Amino acid sequence: MSTAAAVVLFIGVMAYAVFGGADFGAGFWDLIAGGADRGARPRAVIEHAIGPVWEANHVWLIFTFVVLWTCFPEAYASITLTVFVPLTIAALGIVLRGSGFAFRKAVTRTSSKRNFGAAFASSSVIVPYCMGAVVGAIASGRIPAGGVAGDPWGSWINPTSILGGVMAVVMAAYLASVYMVWDARRLADDSMVEYFRRRAVVAAVVAGVVAFAGIFVLHHDAPYLYEGLTSRALPVVILSALCGAGSLYLLLRRSHRLARVLAAGAVATIVLGWGIGQWDCVLPTSLTVAQAAAPSGTITAVLVATALAVVLLGPSFVLLYTLDQRSLLPGEGVRDQASAGSSGS
Amino acid sequence: MSIVSAAQALVGVNPVPWARVQMAFTLACHIILVPLGVSWAFMTLIANYRGLKKHEPESLLLAQRWSKYMAVTFAVGAVSGTVLTFEFGLLWPRFMGQWGDAFGVPFAFEGIFFFLEAIFISIYIYGWRRLSPWAHFWTGVPVVLSGILGAASVVAANAWMNEPSGFTLDSAGNITSVDPWGVIFNKAMPLQALHMIVAAYVVGGFLIASVYAMGLLRGRRDRYHRIGFLIPFTVAIIFSPIQMLVGDALARWVYANQPVKFAAIELVPNTASDVPETLLGHLNADGSVTGGIPIPGLASWLSDPSTGKATVVQGLNTVPVENQPTIAEVNVVHLGWDVMVGLGTFLALLSAWYALSWLFRRDMPKSRWFLRIAASTGVLAVITMEAGWIVTEVGRQPWIVYNLMRVEDAATGNTGVWLTFLGVFALYIGVAVTLILVLRLMSRRYRGTTDGDDDVPYGPRPRPHLDERPVG
Repeated sequence: MSTAAAVVLFIGVMAYAVFGGADFGAGFWDLIAGGADRGARPRAVIEHAIGPVWEANHVWLIFTFVVLWTCFPEAYASITLTVFVPLTIAALGIVLRGSGFAFRKAVTRTSSKRNFGAAFASSSVIVPYCMGAVVGAIASGRIPAGGVAGDPWGSWINPTSILGGVMAVVMAAYLASVYMVWDARRLADDSMVEYFRRRAVVAAVVAGVVAFAGIFVLHHDAPYLYEGLTSRALPVVILSALCGAGSLYLLLRRSHRLARVLAAGAVATIVLGWGIGQWDCVLPTSLTVAQAAAPSGTITAVLVATALAVVLLGPSFVLLYTLDQRSLLPGEGVRDQASAGSSGS
Repeated sequence: MSIVSAAQALVGVNPVPWARVQMAFTLACHIILVPLGVSWAFMTLIANYRGLKKHEPESLLLAQRWSKYMAVTFAVGAVSGTVLTFEFGLLWPRFMGQWGDAFGVPFAFEGIFFFLEAIFISIYIYGWRRLSPWAHFWTGVPVVLSGILGAASVVAANAWMNEPSGFTLDSAGNITSVDPWGVIFNKAMPLQALHMIVAAYVVGGFLIASVYAMGLLRGRRDRYHRIGFLIPFTVAIIFSPIQMLVGDALARWVYANQPVKFAAIELVPNTASDVPETLLGHLNADGSVTGGIPIPGLASWLSDPSTGKATVVQGLNTVPVENQPTIAEVNVVHLGWDVMVGLGTFLALLSAWYALSWLFRRDMPKSRWFLRIAASTGVLAVITMEAGWIVTEVGRQPWIVYNLMRVEDAATGNTGVWLTFLGVFALYIGVAVTLILVLRLMSRRYRGTTDGDDDVPYGPRPRPHLDERPVG
């Protein structure tokens, strides 16, 4: 039972890493796109890519939190007690990011655009860093169970947390660049396709290097996870490396559609590797999944809710996707023009 | 040395009051968005229906625009909701650690409705000009339903804090088994959820209507503004008197089941019969009530009309002092109650004015004063709702889980909460002020020009090269 709940929890984490990660990564590229003139075209692609799903992907984060606190309440309490600081920064960063993005779109003056853009882009880097640092704190066993707070600073400023934070930023940037090659193609902007393709290649290489270097960090600083990654999680780690290498190859071959799938796969399997690597602990060395699990009534309810969600949301997504592909019908509604004097609304 | 001692004092700041203030502040902000998320879709569908039935282009235009504003409101609500999910743990880790497995259950279901609402808002926005008109209309219905069910789920969690049930405890006070059904349908849930959902329709209706009332006042007396005012205002007006009945039933439920909260509401220090309903006024530490206008026997009579003035109202003194809300909290609850009931009654009287005008003249009241009052109802309705929420939350003090866990035992031990509160406060105020400035800028810029399909969260991707063929 508790295993099933842990699987549901990790599906949420993976979904947030893949969907939310791409949103944050877009902010990273926005940050380093250069001055107002040079960065104008890449930023246009970024706005186009994020616009329609603005902040919607946080539903995965909320989902993850709800499953965590409902099915593993002690783990949630221990995490929030100890890594109070990075989680608070992340929460504030999410607000700053969302509003910065929305406001930048709404204003026209360059200086205002620049300020809001800076708020959006810098928080897009800080938030995933903090989340990665929290993962590092969990994975390296720095979060004690049992309602006591761990070290408020050392828990998230340490080699594994820095690795986790850098890893999160790099993976987000990598995902976003691969996705935006596709978005640039939809916009039929060939020079931007090439722009993001070059960056995607660099990001893929950097992600690989960081992951490789990470093995040594974990060996010294997070032995429990290291042991798991080199034994039970090894197939997933290898799969992740293959996905990453595959997406790099496809990017070089300009096979963009499949490169997207493999890039998402690489990120999802890295997250999965973390989960399997620290199995069967929810907080390595101090709290196992079975110990932390809520009573069976609660877990049943969450699993039923999840099943219900799959049944209801699956078809809805299909409907939405079909509509996205469909061309416009003439006839219904009105073209949204402000009729005379109707603008005060 | 004074700097050092000052620094030490700051490091040792008690987190509990700051955690309470921060939670109250962020919830107070979030709750303003809730009515729009719950009830706007209903009003959009009314406009859509009118537009299709009567071939009224203004109604269709309203529905189309409202669907976009709805999406923006929903996205902002998602962000402020994300902050709340962080805060549950950051501010109340011991509460979540001990009770998360029961308290969390309604949220698991709320999650489904939240997802469904997001997807169907999206489908509805995509559906304009991609689906046949009536098929498109029906894709809006799930938005209405998931809004209602989502609100019911969240309120179920809050009601559970007032009336915890659906679990068993061992001798150490830890939960050993959970009955999800018993958690969700706790005894406080049905009336509390109904009260909030009806509130969402009242507040949402008045909020939207007040914007168009402002437009009408400024002389934009066209059909578009008239319909934009009439639809939400009529919805709010219908639900206002209903809310008085629901609220009355809920108050009587509180009388029977939460005597301490009720004693705070009615300023009753000691158990008594023939209790007056005191308008305004406050309780003193010695148990006397000063100020205000007492209406003799009314509180007793309202609590149970069958026994009239003889109805006994339990006082705060039925529980030990340490389990009572403080005098200051009692006065906050009482004031919140007066504001809620007072403004609620005022809004219901406004309903009567409007209803009579329709009955006799088949039109809304002509008086400019009517429009002026209508323009202020949005703010008044929000204040009413906030006051009601204060009554239920402060009235539960000192408990976070009624009779089972005290607020100070639930809070984090992190002494930096005063700092995070200042950060959150500054950020929210900054965002709110910027929002107002940016909206004013936009409305000035967009006046008389088109606003396109793109730039809407959950809306279709803009297709600059494909989307330009004329339609209609």
